[in-house]
Amino acid sequence: MDNKNYGRLKVSSAPHMVSPTDTQRVMGMVLIALIPAFAVGIYQFGYRAVTVTAVCVASCVVFEYLLNKIMKKPQTIGDLSAVLTGVLLAFNMPSGLSYLICIVGALAAIVVVKGLFGGLGQNLTNPAVTARVFLFIAFATDMTTWPTARGQHLDAVTAATPLGELSHEGINAVTTSNLDLFLGNVNGCIGEISALALIIGGLFLIWKKVITWHIPVCFIATVFVLGLIWGGVTGCGALHGAIFQICAGGLMLGAFFCATDYVTSPTLPMGKIIFGIGCGLFTMLIRLFASYPEGVSFAILLMNILTPYIDKFCEGRMFKAPKAAKGGDENGK
Amino acid sequence: MGKHLNSVKVSHEKHTAACATEIMAIPETVCISMSQHIGAPCQPQVKKGDAVKVGQVIGDTDAFVSAPIHSSVSGTVKEISTVRSMMGGQDTVVVIETDGKQEVWEEVKPPVINDMKDFIAAIRASGLVGLGGASFPTHIKLNPKNLDEVETLIVNAAECEPFITSDHRLMLENTTEIVEGILAVMKYLNLKAAHIGVEENKPDAIEALNKKIAELGHSDDVKVNVLRARYPQGAERVMIYEILGKTLNAGQLPAELGVVLSNVTTIAFIGQYLKTGRPLTTKRITVDGNAVNRPTNIIVPIGARLSDVAAACGGYKAEPKKIIMGGPMMGRAVFSDEVPIVKNNNAILFFDGNQALIPEETACIKCGKCTRACPFNLLPVSIAAAYDRKDADKLDALKVMQCMECGSCSFICPARRPLSFINKMAKGYLKEATSK
Repeated sequence: MDNKNYGRLKVSSAPHMVSPTDTQRVMGMVLIALIPAFAVGIYQFGYRAVTVTAVCVASCVVFEYLLNKIMKKPQTIGDLSAVLTGVLLAFNMPSGLSYLICIVGALAAIVVVKGLFGGLGQNLTNPAVTARVFLFIAFATDMTTWPTARGQHLDAVTAATPLGELSHEGINAVTTSNLDLFLGNVNGCIGEISALALIIGGLFLIWKKVITWHIPVCFIATVFVLGLIWGGVTGCGALHGAIFQICAGGLMLGAFFCATDYVTSPTLPMGKIIFGIGCGLFTMLIRLFASYPEGVSFAILLMNILTPYIDKFCEGRMFKAPKAAKGGDENGK
Repeated sequence: MGKHLNSVKVSHEKHTAACATEIMAIPETVCISMSQHIGAPCQPQVKKGDAVKVGQVIGDTDAFVSAPIHSSVSGTVKEISTVRSMMGGQDTVVVIETDGKQEVWEEVKPPVINDMKDFIAAIRASGLVGLGGASFPTHIKLNPKNLDEVETLIVNAAECEPFITSDHRLMLENTTEIVEGILAVMKYLNLKAAHIGVEENKPDAIEALNKKIAELGHSDDVKVNVLRARYPQGAERVMIYEILGKTLNAGQLPAELGVVLSNVTTIAFIGQYLKTGRPLTTKRITVDGNAVNRPTNIIVPIGARLSDVAAACGGYKAEPKKIIMGGPMMGRAVFSDEVPIVKNNNAILFFDGNQALIPEETACIKCGKCTRACPFNLLPVSIAAAYDRKDADKLDALKVMQCMECGSCSFICPARRPLSFINKMAKGYLKEATSK
């Protein structure tokens, strides 16, 4: 409708130039931002970090390719969103996971969560996060068997995560120092362990204007504030508790890379703030009161579902102010 | 100024900034349209076979919103016919066969002006319209109903569109006319202050203007405001906000905020007209694009066909695949290079196949970049959805009428959605729906 040819000339509506940033570049930028976290994952968990990620990425891309073929839709694997889903899925898994489970996860993410809802842009929830939650429930044991990280200098093959220790035996059972948590000398999912690496990636995305600060800052700040209270109440020290809560588990990965997924998070700044605070609240509710040790994925999933309502609420607020003047557009030609 | 409206960073592409303005040789024929302004079209005042001279009135009307049209050449009227206009309608045109002598009409002489009334009459007689693009007759713009409340003149010299450098060259080459034009408008409209808004990417122009203002002793009431080099800095409502911090809503006139706003080329023309009395018959335009051999700035007679303009710039070096009248952000793609130059043209871009490539539209990823790019915080994605289901109430609630079609949303969209175009359609739909 926007592009006609008259004789040899192309006639289309203005503008006649576009910014070089397309969807592929946006996704590529997020992938670049995940490199530091990947590097830490490889260092800590060895070759399995690479193979699990490779299997997840490859199966996501293949599923997307096949789904487009079957549904006779234009091919979309070039936009890199399937690659990103694969990476995020792998980063949310322990490195010792069987490859078959990885493929099941990719199937859930790409086909069920994204493809069947209409593909990129139409999915209600984040594919990687939803698939992870599904695997977490369906393959509970496999998904919570944590190979030890090289930086832990332990003889054991597997060990509990700090949040696991906290959930089952209380704060005094946590053996990992906050510094090790920050640097990533801890077991956990492939891509979530190093808060430092994830913060570097997240700041890169904010600097490149791929994401805005609202969601990660509000998410992390909410957890931090609740962590202060929790630290004070449990007696491990307010600040110590708060830093532990923001560095532990998948919080940084979730806050910078999963919660900021454009499609499944609110568009307007106010909505992003509500979304971030909501994610933080639910994360802490689950961590402290529910039977699961970690709540980031559940919190993001829940807020994903609330996103259309948050968007609607914010849109309504935004346009409550004076009505638009009827009449002309002064630049209309 | 701490606060700015949303904007986008466009690649400036000002390749011709250093190209001193040339003068185009007079083509064999010119085709002068009778619809070169917003308002009533002119009626031809000449007939086939008439001899005409440069500056002679060839089109006029009694309608209030209009401006007379003058011959840009001397020669003989070959025919009066119609051509398809860019809007799809039919425009009356006067085709003149030139004799190359460029004899000036006897009645062209500097106007005698004693008061505001004479000034406005002279502006009308000059055929001046808003040369920045809107082509609204200047004699109406400079004579608002609440003139006694108007205190400030804003001269729009932002030139935020990529590629275009004609205003930049004007500021370097005709600095005197600009400042004299400003002083004349201030004098006859009894204004207190004038601001010239220039983007920071034209430091030489800023320096030249400041020097000239100081030379004429007006440093206290004529100021050059250096603006960020962001798009759309030169949009009327954006410029007023960036310079005065006042918000102008769609449908409001700048005069309601005590401002008259005019393009720098319009102002320079006033300065020149008061000295020479030569009506608006030529235009300085930027010619650029990969399909033309010698991109440059060139003064062309109004009515010259684009093919003649291209020939004057070394001809085509590749087949043009898209020809744009104006800049790439808001300019209009024309369907033929036989289209004539009109008063408000400031650039002609001849794009080759690569430049004309329109990326394919992909799925919206809800990134919100369109809203963050919109100077008025509109929600193009919601507007597009509401337009899709033809929901006039929702479109009204989303303030789609505030959209000035600057194209920032379409430009920034990573999914390459034609959002600005959809806004335009939505505005049309809403106007129609509310007028019923």
